[in-house]
Amino acid sequence: MASVIGSDSVLALDIGSATTRAILFDVVDGRYRFIAIGQSPSTAHAPFNDISAGIGEAIERLEEITGRKLIDEDNRIIASVQEDGSGVDAITASLSAGETLKVVITGLLSEVSLESAKNLATSTYARVVESISLNDSRKEEEQIDAILKAAPDLIIIAGGTDDGAAPSLKKNIEVIGLATYLMPKEKRPAILFAGNQQMTDEVLKTLEPLSSSMHTTSNIRPSVSTEDLRTARTALAQAFVEIRKKQITGIEELNMWAGGRMLPSVFAEGRIIHLLSKLYGAEKALLSINLGSSATTLSLGFGNHLQTKVYPHLGMGLSVSELLSHTTAKNIARWLPISASSQKINDYIYTKALYPNSIPATKEDLLIEQALGREALRLAIESFSKELPDDVPVLKKSLLPLFEVVLAGGSVLSNAPTFGQSLLILLDALQPAGITSLILDKNNLIPALGTAADISSILPVQALETGAFINLATVIAPVSSARYGTNILKASLRRADGSVSTEEIKQGGFKVLPLRAGETADLNLQPLRRADIGLGAGKKLSTKVSGSALGIVLDGRGRPLDLTSDDVRRRELIKKWLWTLGG
Amino acid sequence: MLAPVSHNLALTTILRKRELPVNGEVIPKLNQRVLATNIIAEAEYSYKHHLIDVARLLGIKPEDAEKKLNDIRVGQNISAGTIIATGGGLIANDVKVKESGRVVAVGGGQVLLDTSGKELAIKAGISGEIIEVIPNRGVVIQEVGALVQGIWGNGRVNSGTLHILADKPDHVIEASQMDISIRSFVILGGSCQDAESLKAAADITVRGLILSSLHPSLLGLARKMPYPIIITDAIGKKPMNASAHKIISTNQQRENVTVNAEAYHHYTGTRPEVIIPLPHSNLPPPPRKVESFAPDQKVRLRRRPHAGATGILVELPSALQTLPNGLRVVAGKVKLTSGEEITVPLVNLEVLG
Repeated sequence: MASVIGSDSVLALDIGSATTRAILFDVVDGRYRFIAIGQSPSTAHAPFNDISAGIGEAIERLEEITGRKLIDEDNRIIASVQEDGSGVDAITASLSAGETLKVVITGLLSEVSLESAKNLATSTYARVVESISLNDSRKEEEQIDAILKAAPDLIIIAGGTDDGAAPSLKKNIEVIGLATYLMPKEKRPAILFAGNQQMTDEVLKTLEPLSSSMHTTSNIRPSVSTEDLRTARTALAQAFVEIRKKQITGIEELNMWAGGRMLPSVFAEGRIIHLLSKLYGAEKALLSINLGSSATTLSLGFGNHLQTKVYPHLGMGLSVSELLSHTTAKNIARWLPISASSQKINDYIYTKALYPNSIPATKEDLLIEQALGREALRLAIESFSKELPDDVPVLKKSLLPLFEVVLAGGSVLSNAPTFGQSLLILLDALQPAGITSLILDKNNLIPALGTAADISSILPVQALETGAFINLATVIAPVSSARYGTNILKASLRRADGSVSTEEIKQGGFKVLPLRAGETADLNLQPLRRADIGLGAGKKLSTKVSGSALGIVLDGRGRPLDLTSDDVRRRELIKKWLWTLGG
Repeated sequence: MLAPVSHNLALTTILRKRELPVNGEVIPKLNQRVLATNIIAEAEYSYKHHLIDVARLLGIKPEDAEKKLNDIRVGQNISAGTIIATGGGLIANDVKVKESGRVVAVGGGQVLLDTSGKELAIKAGISGEIIEVIPNRGVVIQEVGALVQGIWGNGRVNSGTLHILADKPDHVIEASQMDISIRSFVILGGSCQDAESLKAAADITVRGLILSSLHPSLLGLARKMPYPIIITDAIGKKPMNASAHKIISTNQQRENVTVNAEAYHHYTGTRPEVIIPLPHSNLPPPPRKVESFAPDQKVRLRRRPHAGATGILVELPSALQTLPNGLRVVAGKVKLTSGEEITVPLVNLEVLG
């Protein structure tokens, strides 16, 4: 990352599948601040097939909002601040647009290096379409044909501990070499080698001439019991950008503007969550969520550990119809406060898949969209939880880890008409336990902050501190085995003006203690009947809390959340929960 | 703001590039006329190979195996049973080819054969005149006629004489309408809500089925049908947009109507389309691929509450507009053909033209 002192103004461009964002950060009173954002529909897809038009429109909007000229008469970004205030000092770029990458992974043992290769591949916008390992009983020619059929954008080669045996890895390299040799030159994939480091020279000699771009990195499985994706993620990010340069017009030029520092948006998100988790310390984990058009992405930061996962089948745009392969219309309908037939939900999903950039225009459609968001996020977090490291603190094995902060973005959340709707989507889908601060990335700034960190390492921290994000609520979710309707938590809030609010929450209950943004208060929490708020059964807490958009939310609805099968009662409950959060 | 365009044009010049993904042979000549179903280019591109590890079979080092190969060259066709290498020693063990194929690689003591012999062929997908030959790759075809683009296609292509079953945009097709009198026609069918209608169309070997909408449960069956199916407006149950219906229904009995049911691809821009060749004196202007939203444009609404409806964009307010569901969006005011004026998010509109 960059030094602390960097350029003053930074224009961060984020090219999503649905939306292109032009975001301006600048120094005000000695601190970096988020100034404004201009947005436009993305133009990576047909009939435009060039991201430049979307970028141009997003910057034009930013110019209108700020009154600052950023593009010159020749349609080029003014690349340094001029005397009249026009221009910017630095440009950064992040990217999630484009078709999901098709990736072939190869390793030696399926549960060792191949698993690590899969973990690496799924940390970006990719799908594993073929895998080859020693456990593969197919003949070499069948493996070659499988690679040819898969027509991958990228091949990741893992396998072999450093200084370990090489013959099996050599066999995989031969298969990949033959397959890529048979491909037309312009269809050859990028190749990322992340295996036994002793083999690097041989791999380069054999495969570099047969790849569209060749990348090597440290061994992602340096020993049988150790996985290390840190360096490989950076190499994967470079490979991703190289592939996109060839696929989408305008990427190469944008990367040049950005000084060659373009990053996949999910990589940039991971960078921010990693930075914050180091700042917060190692007691609890941090989670970032992006319920995006191309994919749902999750990044967990815990001390020095970073885990990132991309779920392209759980995106809210083009791939939304794939959601039905992982859940049912009935499961989606259970999140609705209204009655909607499976047919109606299916119709909605197919229309959204056809027009991924379109938005709900009726109340009913908005509710269905938010229900889809809940279900996609629920599925993503369910899968993510199974792969978390053992040392991340949890209240119960079946529950989500204890998160200090959840940072959430994506248009379903950020465009919700009320903060209550955004918060309830998050609470229903994630079901955090204990005490968690939920923060909304209203302008979807996280990828931009991740790329801007290359320009100035203090920019993301200062921008986060200066109101670029909406602190939705501090949520207290006690875990208790008490019967429904039994008191499980007593909470009292003493504000700076001396006013006191007290609430008792029952098992199944859902209440709010208002505390406005900018206010602070003393919060006393007294768990009843051995309920646990993350400190141990029945343990109390007295702490200072800061206000937020919705205040202190006491969520006693149970973990896991048990949605009644009685349709009428469930819908009434959902309406009540939403009403509690202000509608 | 840039606007996506869906083409519903009564008379236009249509240009379509058809290319192989790899080098191959282009069949038609410049200025030749082709039909939609004609193959315009072929290439050998195989997914079936046979690897012969000569070194292992002879029990020798890979570098020594090359000397034992009987003059094997890349590109050579070899029949099953041919001896490709002969070992030394008292008992010479020969390496025979088990499957016929073409040698695609020789090296490292191995011989790789392409055994599929399968050719990759692409169809014209549109009738018309070849106005450009792209060497080794494909052609550009030009046709003059009506063009209606759809939202979903089952991946097939065919052409035939047009027959109108759906005399109104909200027609719902029934299996009983698929009788032998319309055998081998391209059918304008309306909305399809039952499997029997799709199967009945297959029974009478229709050349294509143009639908306004299709029940989502029938998508799988529609993909399996042997004839092309195009949906113009919605997955579900919706009438055909008036503009598309008018263009198609006024061309009853027109010949060589192409139903190119290519899947709608968000990134490459391929779209299912109906092309009706029409007589002409001069070349009409080609359709515009990209427009910016502007007042007086004819637009179609993509989403509820008026999905599929068409109207005129009358105003583009500069300020964000609040929708009934609370979303604040960049929107336009649209006067529907019914006369009603509504506010619609621009991202929910497409320009018809």
